[in-house]
Amino acid sequence: MMVDECQQAKYNRIERMVEMEKHEKRSRFKQLFFTFLRIGAFTFGGGYAMIPLIQREIVETHHWLTDSEMFDMFAIAESTPGVIAVNSATFVGYRVAGFWGAAIATFAVVLPSFVIISIISLFIMEFKSLKIISYAFMGIRAGVVVLILGAVKKLSKENAKTWFNILLTVLAALITLLTDISSIYLLLCAMVIGILYMCFMRQKQGKGGAQ
Amino acid sequence: MLYLELFLTFFKIGLFTIGGGYAMIPLIQQEMLTKGWILQQDLIDFIGISESTPGPFAINIATFVGMKTSGLLGAVISTFGVVLPSFIIILLIAKFFMNFQDNFYVRGALTGLRPTVVGLVAAAAISVFITNFIPLSIPLPQLFSQMDYLGIVIFVIVAVVYFKKNLHPIKLILLSAGLGIVFYGISEYVVSSGLLGMFTSKGV
Repeated sequence: MMVDECQQAKYNRIERMVEMEKHEKRSRFKQLFFTFLRIGAFTFGGGYAMIPLIQREIVETHHWLTDSEMFDMFAIAESTPGVIAVNSATFVGYRVAGFWGAAIATFAVVLPSFVIISIISLFIMEFKSLKIISYAFMGIRAGVVVLILGAVKKLSKENAKTWFNILLTVLAALITLLTDISSIYLLLCAMVIGILYMCFMRQKQGKGGAQ
Repeated sequence: MLYLELFLTFFKIGLFTIGGGYAMIPLIQQEMLTKGWILQQDLIDFIGISESTPGPFAINIATFVGMKTSGLLGAVISTFGVVLPSFIIILLIAKFFMNFQDNFYVRGALTGLRPTVVGLVAAAAISVFITNFIPLSIPLPQLFSQMDYLGIVIFVIVAVVYFKKNLHPIKLILLSAGLGIVFYGISEYVVSSGLLGMFTSKGV
């Protein structure tokens, strides 16, 4: 009798734990969904303007990634196909809650623009002629530049102020502004330069250690 | 059959969109125009609309073209197609990245990528500022009268508030939309009501 009760209690406890885990997973899915829905809804003017918003939500509010991990994620997102918004959603979703987390976050980040564009495509002419909307968007254009500058500030804080980093940043900016060279070639060169630099540093350190 | 064609076309576009949305405009343009899914003028209009609605350009154009050519299901299929390549690639990276995150070559590549990404974003800030406010195609004498001074004023206000108060990005967007309505609305009112003309003629 005693043994039976004991067994029953143990069984109940395990059941409760499974239930709790299920509940936690569900709440994580919900958090992912609403966070990326918000990010999708407020991403104007391409990907870079959303870096501050992603950083705020992912790092500061939910602590899903550290600042440094987020930077690595952006670097990866930049050098792989796809837009930053979607790539970040997939990456963070996977890290937080596996495959379904990735699927939910990606779905959520796409949903707002899908709904809005579907509606707009039905009455595109009317949308263009609404004065108050066009004024609002002219204002938002100015805000987008500020957000991109915010992204520059946030990201450069994560980089140590070495001559190597500063030189590469300035070069990349100048080449992008002044030439038509596609950014993918810049990113490929950057990877090679980074690897060579690390080899160089390791060799230097190795020599230093030997002495 | 159109569904399959939409899916494959946008899958291809999704696969070749590297480094932000605007790099892909020529590719999209070529695909859309040769297939006759959208007219050149509509595409240019749509770039403007996409600029002023949330969401990355790649996704917006997929939804739009899908909707135009074959309704809601077409929109779903095109959007799914454009997202799928990066979803798969990032999923693989997220799955295996942890395993070779500390790999010497991966760290090396990231050492080079990080400062370069900052440079790319900085360049984007500068070029977006110029295309928004300073029409460089206009020769210098008229340039100063054609600059969007109201936009620059809004930019300065929003920048000061954002960097001083560490404003939430969503509030920043709402603030700049509000300033846009107030500033451009007032200037339009002043110009259309002839107040400006009265003012200057009185002044003279």
